[in-house]
Amino acid sequence: MYRIFTIAFRNLLRYKRRTMLTSLLITLGIVLVILFSGLAGSFKTMMIGQITDSNLSQMQIHKRGYVSSIDTMPLHLTLDAKRYKKIEGLLSNNSEIKAWAPRIKLNAMLSNFTETTNIRLNAINPEKEVLVCPDVATRMTFDEKREPGMLLNKGEVIIPDKLAKGMKLKIGDAIVLVANNKDGSVNGLNFKVAGIIESILGPQGKEGYMHIKDAQELLRMDKPEMIEVAIRLHDFDKLGKVYADISSKLAEFINKKGMPEFEIHTWDKLSPFSNIAKMIDFMTITMKIIMIAIVLISILNVMMMSVYERVREIGTMSAIGTAPSRIMGLFLAEGLLLGLISTIIGNVIGLAGIFVLNIYKISFAFGRQDNLLLAPTVNITELLWVSCIVLLISVFASLQPAYKASRMEPVDALGHV
Amino acid sequence: MALVQIENISKIYKTGDVEVAALSNINLSIEKSAFVSFVGPSGSGKTTMLNMIGCLDKPSSGQILVDGKQVGSFDRKQRAAFRGDVVGFIFQSFNLFPVLTAYENIEYPLVMIKNEPVEKRKEMILSVLDSVGMLNQKDKFPDQLSGGQKQRIAVARALVTQPKLVMADEPTANLDKASSINVIRLMRDMKDKFGTTFIFSTHDPRIMEEAEITHTLVDGKLS
Repeated sequence: MYRIFTIAFRNLLRYKRRTMLTSLLITLGIVLVILFSGLAGSFKTMMIGQITDSNLSQMQIHKRGYVSSIDTMPLHLTLDAKRYKKIEGLLSNNSEIKAWAPRIKLNAMLSNFTETTNIRLNAINPEKEVLVCPDVATRMTFDEKREPGMLLNKGEVIIPDKLAKGMKLKIGDAIVLVANNKDGSVNGLNFKVAGIIESILGPQGKEGYMHIKDAQELLRMDKPEMIEVAIRLHDFDKLGKVYADISSKLAEFINKKGMPEFEIHTWDKLSPFSNIAKMIDFMTITMKIIMIAIVLISILNVMMMSVYERVREIGTMSAIGTAPSRIMGLFLAEGLLLGLISTIIGNVIGLAGIFVLNIYKISFAFGRQDNLLLAPTVNITELLWVSCIVLLISVFASLQPAYKASRMEPVDALGHV
Repeated sequence: MALVQIENISKIYKTGDVEVAALSNINLSIEKSAFVSFVGPSGSGKTTMLNMIGCLDKPSSGQILVDGKQVGSFDRKQRAAFRGDVVGFIFQSFNLFPVLTAYENIEYPLVMIKNEPVEKRKEMILSVLDSVGMLNQKDKFPDQLSGGQKQRIAVARALVTQPKLVMADEPTANLDKASSINVIRLMRDMKDKFGTTFIFSTHDPRIMEEAEITHTLVDGKLS
């Protein structure tokens, strides 16, 4: 085997320029895939992290039918204390779940005593919310005198930045929130602007925040009710498995009509970014397909030329008794070696590129957000996958020329001019 | 028993509707350790004859027994294995592998065909290199050797596996007079040393003189 690879290597060196050009092409393909995967992957991870860790959470449970009518933020599809207890019981028995938090979503009218506008509010339990969305405070701006770590007190609201600008509101200002409860009666309460929150992607990214108890009072809920339960896992990669597990257990709760009482959704079903994430995945796959095509065509071309140029040599090999399988092995080894050398160089340059991009971070704007910094990373599994694909394609592309070489009749090959 | 027994073989090549008989009804036997030449003008069937005996090609009709085996019925794989075991080849254009040194060219059949262990391989190669007088050139690549030296390495490569039969198709055609005589004498010396049967083709009268037995082919027939 060692000798086969030695001969294969020397044959590659025999046509240095051709080998170098082919290797360069494959290397370029690998480098592009690594850099694109690194950049696109880091963008996707950053955006998903921002959406799930600062606003949406990783999973949400609602009363059945809520998500399909989420745009109107219906208040009659609430979870009462009894139902919340059922959900809590289920979640507390699952070791993969790190935290959960109740929320009320509501539409209200915000008045600064001179102007009035609409506002979407996310009423939270601050202590529980920071466990579910640990980065929620990173989007918020507070008064310098505010106690660190303090998210929200009763009687306070945090309003979106665009709304604050439009209504000329600043931290410390007094406002009035007016909301309809589920029976249609109107109530209004005074609040103080405690902070301003930066908007992010998606409709939920433009919501203000208030304390859940204030929301229950504003909506005149006699007993505690909530709209959704936000959930965070210990390991985000296990989302699919935990979702399936909880989903099947929730299905056991049936309402009076014999229908499931609850519904559960992962972040991607709740955020429009999931479509962008899918597009990024599609583009990454497209890049990989382009790379595969480059490898396939380059190696097939080189190996076919190699066979045509060495017909007499193949004839000699065959004449002196080399088994057809050995001849085939020699050419396959040549293709594999070309792929291997290119893969190693491509990986080294690709990783160096990722390292450089991490030093000189790329800043970009996305939606209404500016100065987002990309810190590309490469997953080892991804790197191995790309390398294995290149090696497999190298062998695959060499199969036809190698087979052709192995099937040559020595008499014909020796007489080739 | 003869090493090569040829019984009434014919070889017909077809080009479209035209049939050309390269060999017609040949009967012949070649004994072990013989030094045999096939002579004749171009197109007389010398190369075809050598290809049949060397198991590179199959006859259209008739039988060929080499080392007691009916080689005409072998499939591709069997023919390759048989050639590796029994036959050595020396080519007109030397056909050394350009990416391998002289030593590695001789080593090739031992590694790729015989799978001999390293130590035994080394011993066999050095011995045969010494026999052909090329020990001091062993690390040179073919393009660093003269025509005569290349053919010596080709002889060494053909002999290193200790075949019973060595086929040489016009082995001196690309050599000058002195080198030609040297190569043919080297082949004869090797035949004496190893007891190998040498069969070669030539149309060079000086080389014919060196053969022990000469068969003349004219238009595919023995005359």
